[in-house]
Amino acid sequence: MFKHFVNLQWKSFFRSASLGKDMAIKALMVFFAVYMLVFLAMAGVGLFFLLERAFPESDPLAKVSEYLVYWLLIELFFRYFMQKLPVMDVKPLLMLPVKKRVITHYILAKSGGSLYNFFSLVLFVPFVVMLALHGYPLPNLLSWLLAVVCLSLTVNYLNFLINKNDRALIGLILVIIALYALNYFGVLSVTELTGKGFYAFYHFPLSMLVPLALALGTYALNYRFLRRRIFLDASLKKKTKEAVTADLGWTKKFGSIAPFLQLDLKLIWRNKRTKTQVFLSLAMIFYGLVFYTMDEFSNTSAMMVFAGIFITGIFLVNFGQFIPAWDSAYYSMMMAQNIPLRKYLESKAGLISASVVVMFLLSIPYVYFGWQALAINLSSALYNLGINIPLILFFGSMNKKRIDLDKSAFSNMQGTGATQFLVLIPLLGVPMIIFPALKFLISFEVALGVLSALGLVGIAFRKPMLDRITEIYRKKKYGMIAGFKEKNS
Amino acid sequence: MIQSKNLTKTYGSQTVLNIEDLVIPKGQSFGLVGNNGAGKTTFFSLLLDLIQPTTGHVINNGVQVNTSEAWKPFTSSFIDETFLIGYLTPEEYFYFIGELRGQNKADVDGLLSQFEDFFHGEILGQKKYLRDLSKGNQKKAGIVASFIGNPEVVILDEPFANLDPTTQIRLKGIIKDLAKKGEVTVLVSSHDLSHVTEVCERIVVLNKGQIVRDIQTSEATLRELESFFAGKNRREEQH
Repeated sequence: MFKHFVNLQWKSFFRSASLGKDMAIKALMVFFAVYMLVFLAMAGVGLFFLLERAFPESDPLAKVSEYLVYWLLIELFFRYFMQKLPVMDVKPLLMLPVKKRVITHYILAKSGGSLYNFFSLVLFVPFVVMLALHGYPLPNLLSWLLAVVCLSLTVNYLNFLINKNDRALIGLILVIIALYALNYFGVLSVTELTGKGFYAFYHFPLSMLVPLALALGTYALNYRFLRRRIFLDASLKKKTKEAVTADLGWTKKFGSIAPFLQLDLKLIWRNKRTKTQVFLSLAMIFYGLVFYTMDEFSNTSAMMVFAGIFITGIFLVNFGQFIPAWDSAYYSMMMAQNIPLRKYLESKAGLISASVVVMFLLSIPYVYFGWQALAINLSSALYNLGINIPLILFFGSMNKKRIDLDKSAFSNMQGTGATQFLVLIPLLGVPMIIFPALKFLISFEVALGVLSALGLVGIAFRKPMLDRITEIYRKKKYGMIAGFKEKNS
Repeated sequence: MIQSKNLTKTYGSQTVLNIEDLVIPKGQSFGLVGNNGAGKTTFFSLLLDLIQPTTGHVINNGVQVNTSEAWKPFTSSFIDETFLIGYLTPEEYFYFIGELRGQNKADVDGLLSQFEDFFHGEILGQKKYLRDLSKGNQKKAGIVASFIGNPEVVILDEPFANLDPTTQIRLKGIIKDLAKKGEVTVLVSSHDLSHVTEVCERIVVLNKGQIVRDIQTSEATLRELESFFAGKNRREEQH
């Protein structure tokens, strides 16, 4: 039986949609994965030397043990939001002659091999190897490492419990707050205590039975919880949220594009991926701080223009690059319905324009770094409004990949093709050539002036540009309809 | 109302549709039957300019559909659930379609009130998004949406599939009523022979992209169709 499960798992991985993508995207994803792993492994090695230098008189292992509790808490935090128990996968198994006991063990065991459990391994194995090379006794080190792995697994199973059960979540939060308070007011030094506890796994190898028991205990709790719920109407049922009807009457002011504007606002607000993108865009307002606080760049450097275009245009990039794929699920209806394509595009342009203006207004506090910062952001915003909006709509006509709206935005590459990378070149590249060249040849003021002027010209010519783009969309309509119908692309 | 001339659609070397000449007069209720892969959905997609014809063209009320968009205001359709916008509630979807077809909320509400029976209390006021409705209820919403805005041509692909018996009977009544007025041209495809013979004045049978029967519905039609499909299958088995 177990052999079959492993076989299923193998196929589901190698035949998954995310592996069937373009070679370029596949290579990019592999690159990022390897990069992350190498980075963590290097951090593991570096940790040893860093701690040895920073705290020469104390044992690096003791120091790590002291902070381990934070690592575990962060792990729990991330898992809570990102990791879900893959219960839906077992639906097809229910009516086959497989014991429910086996199915339950299968889901739980499977989660033990999830990627999240490897993070601590990748970080701590190199660290432990370094310790071993420096003469720490191997059996004790192994005991410590196993204890950490067990704790990581405990976090793994604990996460499923609190994910399913709000009472468990509240309980856990209360415990953490209480411990933090005790620590803060000096009643009880929790970090010191846990530090000593974790360090004990090294000194007294037998003590690693405690985390092992914890891991097994949380596993057993999960098993008991889940076994009773493997029915279609219990945990295997998809959750549906109650719909809230929105009127959005104020959009009527925008005349004939109002129905599309309403549709786009609902699209953004009622779907996970677009909603997270709005929050990510808003958070990106702080991106400029990275550059403005660096001494290497002066306040008139080209990097500030990069930041300016990026900050004011982040929603433009995030949302715009997938036009019209956002509407891919019902694109054939849009094309058969009484919809002038022009109005459809105008409404998208209007929405993105509004986002550029909002992001510019939010970026005004950058004036703290001098009037130049404000001037740069203003001309970047103008350039985005005039040039980049038509540009991104034009590149949108090359989109042929479907997007399923209800998937989350995190590490979701659906709908991504070569277009998404190509568009960034003119979008960010052109201003990054114009600005430094003019600044070098003439002056900062002239360079900014030209950038703004280009934007204003673009705004003036938006109508004819949109006409051309509409024509292109019309020509590519059949390819888009066919492309958007293909699932898992 | 609808004319198609030398209409073919070819994918690679495979011709999936080949209609030399088909004229559907105004106000006719027209039924299209055929097995899977006979070309029913291909024909409807060509009518709606969702795919490009390899040769020939379709003219809808004097408008050639692949060169002008002027057919859109008087043509409406429901092909499948990809015609629905999943993140809207049914009401919002109806109002959206209404806006596109120049109908205000009151107009749409007026129309919807005629379909209360058909909805059976499962569509309106449910506080659910379309994506969370069952397949059958999604279909009901899509079919009714295609009646918004007094269209002259209504195209419904497999409207009876996934509907419960009560709703099927009600839908037959609705389509018959539409056809009775003589102003709306209704195009319906189905796998269910008895449904189409009941609601359509004329039935065209497609087989592998070709028109093989063109029947004015009469008492004998259902038997004729049944013997055609039964006989055809037997012949195919012998091959």
